[in-house]
Amino acid sequence: MKRPGPNLVFLFVLAGLAVLAPVAGWLGPYALDILVGIAINLILAVSLNLINGYTGQFSLGHAGFMAVGAYASAWLTLQAGTPSGVNGLVVFASALLAGSLCAGLVGLAVGVPSLRLRGDYLAIVTLGFNEIIKGAVQNAEPLGAQRGLTGIGQYTGFFSAFAGAALAILVVHNLVQSTYGRGFLATHNDEIAAESSGLDTTRYKIVAFATGAFFAGLAGGLYAHFKQFIHPEAFGFMRSMDIVVMVILGGMGSMVGVCCAAVLLTVLPELLRALANLESLPPAIRDFVSNRMILYSVLLIILMITRPQGLLNFSSRRAQASR
Amino acid sequence: MIEFLQQLINGLAQGGIYALIALGYTMVYGVLRFINFAHGDIFMLGAFAGFYVGPAVLRITGLSPSFAAVLLVLPIAMLACALAGMAIERLCYRPLRDRPRLTVLITAIGVSLLLENGGQFVFGASPRSFPELITDRALALPASLGSLATLTITLSQVLVLGVALLLLGGLRQIVGKTRTGLAMRALSLNPTAAQLMGVDLDRIIALTFGLGSALAGAAGILASIQQPSIDPLMGIAAGLKAFVAAVLGGIGSLTGAVVGGLLIGVLEALVVGYLSPTYRDPIVFGVLILILLFRPAGLLGRFQPEKV
Amino acid sequence: MSGPFLQLEQVTLRFGGLTAVNDVNLTIGEDELVGLIGPNGAGKTTVFNLITGIYAPSSGRVLFRGQDLAGLPVNRRVRLGIARTFQNIRLFGGLSVADNVRAACDAHRTTGPFQALARTPAFRADEADINRQVDELLAIFNLGRLRDAPAASLPYGEQRRLEIVRALATKPKLLLLDEPAAGMNPTEKAELSRLILQIREQFSLSILLVEHSMKVVMGVCERITVLDYGFKIAEGPPAAIQSDPKVIEAYLGEEKP
Ligand SMILES: Nc1ncnc2c1ncn2[C@@H]1O[C@H](COP(=O)(O)OP(=O)(O)OP(=O)(O)O)[C@@H](O)[C@H]1O
Ligand SMILES: [Mg+2]
Repeated sequence: MKRPGPNLVFLFVLAGLAVLAPVAGWLGPYALDILVGIAINLILAVSLNLINGYTGQFSLGHAGFMAVGAYASAWLTLQAGTPSGVNGLVVFASALLAGSLCAGLVGLAVGVPSLRLRGDYLAIVTLGFNEIIKGAVQNAEPLGAQRGLTGIGQYTGFFSAFAGAALAILVVHNLVQSTYGRGFLATHNDEIAAESSGLDTTRYKIVAFATGAFFAGLAGGLYAHFKQFIHPEAFGFMRSMDIVVMVILGGMGSMVGVCCAAVLLTVLPELLRALANLESLPPAIRDFVSNRMILYSVLLIILMITRPQGLLNFSSRRAQASR
Repeated sequence: MIEFLQQLINGLAQGGIYALIALGYTMVYGVLRFINFAHGDIFMLGAFAGFYVGPAVLRITGLSPSFAAVLLVLPIAMLACALAGMAIERLCYRPLRDRPRLTVLITAIGVSLLLENGGQFVFGASPRSFPELITDRALALPASLGSLATLTITLSQVLVLGVALLLLGGLRQIVGKTRTGLAMRALSLNPTAAQLMGVDLDRIIALTFGLGSALAGAAGILASIQQPSIDPLMGIAAGLKAFVAAVLGGIGSLTGAVVGGLLIGVLEALVVGYLSPTYRDPIVFGVLILILLFRPAGLLGRFQPEKV
Repeated sequence: MSGPFLQLEQVTLRFGGLTAVNDVNLTIGEDELVGLIGPNGAGKTTVFNLITGIYAPSSGRVLFRGQDLAGLPVNRRVRLGIARTFQNIRLFGGLSVADNVRAACDAHRTTGPFQALARTPAFRADEADINRQVDELLAIFNLGRLRDAPAASLPYGEQRRLEIVRALATKPKLLLLDEPAAGMNPTEKAELSRLILQIREQFSLSILLVEHSMKVVMGVCERITVLDYGFKIAEGPPAAIQSDPKVIEAYLGEEKP
């Protein structure tokens, strides 16, 4: 043990964030918005990477888990009357935890079908779950139904968002980077060979789904208490696709690549928006860049044909991790 | 009872459209074993083909809205969609023929997103109203039917079901009676053996995409006649529903796709009629999940375990 | 212990109209090395899939140390002590050689995801233990220098060897080898025969060997069972099998050496 363990590094990072937090306070609301957006997307992408990247289960419903976390935690802080001060922190932290646990439980429920289905079928089923969760919220009066939920307290700040991101990275790292973690990769590589080597692939998939969903729920809770307003449409298929694109672009099963992609794809739309507002550009180009999904989709197709391991994944060892 | 029959009729008309789209999913799955995620967007392309071609056809031929106009526009849209489908296969899927299925799936998602967002860029994001190719009206039912005469059956509903049935019949002829159809069936049973017997893989796969896309294009026109507001994202929901239909019927089975499409259409109509429109999508997806959990091969499909 | 080590009782498996394994009885004693041979498509690999639980028999029972295995999933059977290799190599191609073996040590860990998260002392001990076992195994099989290479990049013969190592990492009591000599030249085959005998000595386990190379089978097996079209057509010591007219007939017309 020459290098400090990951848990120690995590504590250092937390301390660093605590020092930085006041500095972040000086930034304008726009910069803070982007920074918190980065943190939330980091949590989402890293946790989806556990399911889709390391374990090789293709989930298309991450935004559904996010919705569970967002609505559950926001409902709780609203019930508690959005107190301020220390009380507020306690309420916020417990609501976040409860929301994440709810999402994790829903993840367990979704993990069960993943035991039987693979590949494209699982993708569609998770997408279906996403729509079902969205539909359930749309019909739930206490959650604001189709109007959305308003008046949520703004508890999320720079520190809590990035502490959440650091926690997600730590947990996924600790799970995967160990002999225990070989089980996720083996399940991804060849399920029958994994079972025949004594690995309980079902267990691994469930752990991946529950953990991934837990953190999606955390991201949802942080999002709700930052934006102060949540709406079912914010957690639809498109949101899930955004996260999937991050994971694929970063390289499924590459922590560094996926983190880079999460940062890049949070900032990119802002750049594109700035570009779209440039008066000097021809209108056609401005129109084009104002829809980032065109760019993403072309990138996705070209990437799959020429570089399926991901754009930002430079580890050659896992160059052919998928069977 | 009348109320129920009315929902049944509305559901069947919508189901006919799902059935046409579901056939494309099932056919492509049969030969390539992958879910062509972009298939629903071909349906959208069909609607927009009609949007642009329809007025031109009316102007050039001097026809007023009528059956003839529909019958002229339909094949043009089908051809356009067939070409689009084949181009997508050639450019995006063929280079990935031997890659992991996940890679192909992601590519298909990419194609789907490209069509949707490219569609918003090219056609504009806001809904357009589809040109009137045929004047829709409720058919007058003979009074001798008694209380049944109070049912509303529209011309477009009859048109949708009629054309859908015709196209299905045509497809069955092609798949069942022609050499190409034989090659398709051979390919879906055993690709290696089929190739050894001289089946031209590239050609058959291209034709499969062409046929499936043509049917989706026809569905696009028919759906727009019923519901004349079209937009570039209309393929998402329709595509997903049709996919559920294909799985319900048993993916890989043509009859299954049709049965599944009609069932999903009716189910939706009943949910909307008796519950609430907001429950429509969750219930359809709930059905999908239940089938996949308890009968993954669908109603009419056969489940094949992996050979070790 | 009561009864034989592994026992197949009138096991039948049908795939639709095809009966791949037909009313087969088979026993393997403790520390025995049994051969399973037969022409292509005779049902040998299917017997492996029935023992390991990949397929469930249409009728009949599979017993391991007196326990009926019916309903036990594949990984639970491995934990009971049944390991296998695959005829068409199924390594974790993208993982390194060492990781392939590490993954197979899973059955013997005492810690799970929660300890992995917290990196508890017990977890660290587990890690150290597994890494040591992996190093030992790789050393025994001369794969130490390749430990960090992706498994898919290994030459064919070494991949077959790694499959055996991976199976051994589960600490089996019964090892099922499916055509381990396929694609090997005579020198490699001789080396493999030696290796099989060595494994049995060193790890004290029973082996069921499926192999087309008569030289390997006749050289190492104490007893041989012959399958043809899913039926067991002969059973006995190598010398008797070689001269059995039914066996000779089954192989007639076969282009196998
Ligand atoms: N999953 C399956 N579905 C249908 N048929 C199968 C399946 N698995 C095996 N078979 C058939 O069962 C029969 C026995 O196959 P098996 O693989 O056990 O033969 P084998 O003795 O191992 O042959 P080889 O020497 O070629 O490896 C063959 O006819 C094979 O085609
Ligand atoms: Mg075999």
